Amino acid sequence: MNETYTAVAGFAQTWGLIYFMILFGIVLAYALWPKNGKKFDDAAQIPFRED
Amino acid sequence: MISLEEGFFAFFLIVLAFACLIVAGKTFDQVMAFHAGLGALIAAVSAFVIFKNYFNDGGIAIPQEIGGKPNYNMGPVKFGAVAAMFWGIAGFLVGLIIASQLAWPALNFDLPWTNFGRLRPLHTSAVIFAFGGNVLLATSMYVVQRTSRARMPGRLLPWFVIIGYNVFIVIAGTGYLLGATQGKEYAEPEWYADLWLTIVWVAYLLLFMGTLWKRKEPHIYVANWFYLAFIVTIAMLHITNNLTIPVSIYSTQSVIVWSGVQDAMVQWWYGHNAVGFFLTAGFLAIMYYFVPKRADRPVYSYRLSIVHFWALIFIYIWAGPHHLHYTALPQWASTLGATFSIILWMPSWGGMINGLMTLSGAWDKLRTDPVLRMMVVSVAFYGMSTFEGPLMSLRSVNSLSHYTDWTIGHVHSGALGWVGYISFGALYCLIPWLWNKKGLYSLKLVNWHFWLSTLGIVLYITAMWVSGIMQGLMWRAYDSLGFLEYSFIETVEAMYPFYVIRALGGALFVIGSLIMAYNLWMTVRHGEAEEAEPVTSGSLAAAE
Repeated sequence: MNETYTAVAGFAQTWGLIYFMILFGIVLAYALWPKNGKKFDDAAQIPFRED
Repeated sequence: MISLEEGFFAFFLIVLAFACLIVAGKTFDQVMAFHAGLGALIAAVSAFVIFKNYFNDGGIAIPQEIGGKPNYNMGPVKFGAVAAMFWGIAGFLVGLIIASQLAWPALNFDLPWTNFGRLRPLHTSAVIFAFGGNVLLATSMYVVQRTSRARMPGRLLPWFVIIGYNVFIVIAGTGYLLGATQGKEYAEPEWYADLWLTIVWVAYLLLFMGTLWKRKEPHIYVANWFYLAFIVTIAMLHITNNLTIPVSIYSTQSVIVWSGVQDAMVQWWYGHNAVGFFLTAGFLAIMYYFVPKRADRPVYSYRLSIVHFWALIFIYIWAGPHHLHYTALPQWASTLGATFSIILWMPSWGGMINGLMTLSGAWDKLRTDPVLRMMVVSVAFYGMSTFEGPLMSLRSVNSLSHYTDWTIGHVHSGALGWVGYISFGALYCLIPWLWNKKGLYSLKLVNWHFWLSTLGIVLYITAMWVSGIMQGLMWRAYDSLGFLEYSFIETVEAMYPFYVIRALGGALFVIGSLIMAYNLWMTVRHGEAEEAEPVTSGSLAAAE
């Protein structure tokens, strides 16, 4: 019981952290990628483009 | 030829009407008989309206575009906006009644139907699901159509979603008054109401995704991402937390498949994410569309909105266990919940800054436009309550705050301040747009609404802070011999003045909402018409 707990907790504390860091890295890279800048500036104008 | 969609809905509703009739006839449970009878009646009338409309217009297809412009379907949006205002006033009023009951218990009238225990879920469901839900349904249908530049798919589907949802509200609300509840906070409706909501919600998801599918705009605007996260997650939460087995198909009673602490964990995973995805993600979608529209400036940083979105949805889902400190739930689980709650500071404040900074360079508008002021104050309340929440999720703070009025105060700074104000702001924008009016009937009345309800909120939350902290301190006070210093009733007595102040704050909030309803009514009836805007309804208006 205790060993299982330690193993699961150990897994969560290491791989869980890595999982979140990788996800956050991907999101940051996507949001800040210089090439996407124009696309996002354009997207921000969508509410004003409707008819 | 009758279309496949009309045929399907007519067939489905007729089968449903017969099924409800059989249940109503055979049940031994009076509440079930009432609800099944009501269901049979609504289903039969709806099926009749489908046939009537088919025979009236001969099934002529509705054009997707008129004169090169999308022929938006705004009928269901109007219905949702009106329903939101109606349920809002009803829900705030019930809130005022139960606040008064806490100060003056005689107002329970010793009747089962008016008892605090039954009226309290009526209040929470009316404000969250009836008012908030209709605001979200109406605004999401509006925003997704406008930002996709496409008409919602289907002729009956949008009406099924908005009317079906309101039928759920009626079934749930009358059920509480008559004593049908499964006793789970914010998930009180019994199994048959849950089942109906599941059907409606899946239809809503299909409708929303169908509109995105038809979009002319290549990029999906960030508000739609938040709406989509709200719809998908609420479906997942609702189904998992309501996995019940009915005692009998003729009974309102059911038994949940989870047991013990697992049930508690599922319940608060649901409960906290109802806050995270219903009351936060959905209303953030409103912020990302309506604040830029009203300020007439694009969102401060679109890049920040992307980080805000992904960070919020990946982190919120883990925060639930902080509701179960000092319970049978293992300590590591509640610590995990508290940790994620603290991490939530970052996306919450990122989003708040993004909303507020959208006004940079246009701050002068706050002086002249009370609607924009309402939305900005709403975002400020969002920042405040998402700062307070993680603090209260910490074990040491929670040991003082939990089960006290502090929690009630916290919830209401989020609900009245954030959700209420952003919804009011959205409705103040939406009503003139929907009815093709130049503007609101009176900005002066909006100003009155703003100041009255702001005063109400401040009275409410400050009273609850004082009362809650006092209550928590009295509960944990020991005398020199190690006995409890105060009996429970002494704490109740001490809270009386704060309950009166809270009820006063609630009354101001109700008065504000009545002023709003009058203002919106006058806008629709007597507002100056916007010129040269073609009428874009052209749908089943009769289904209202």
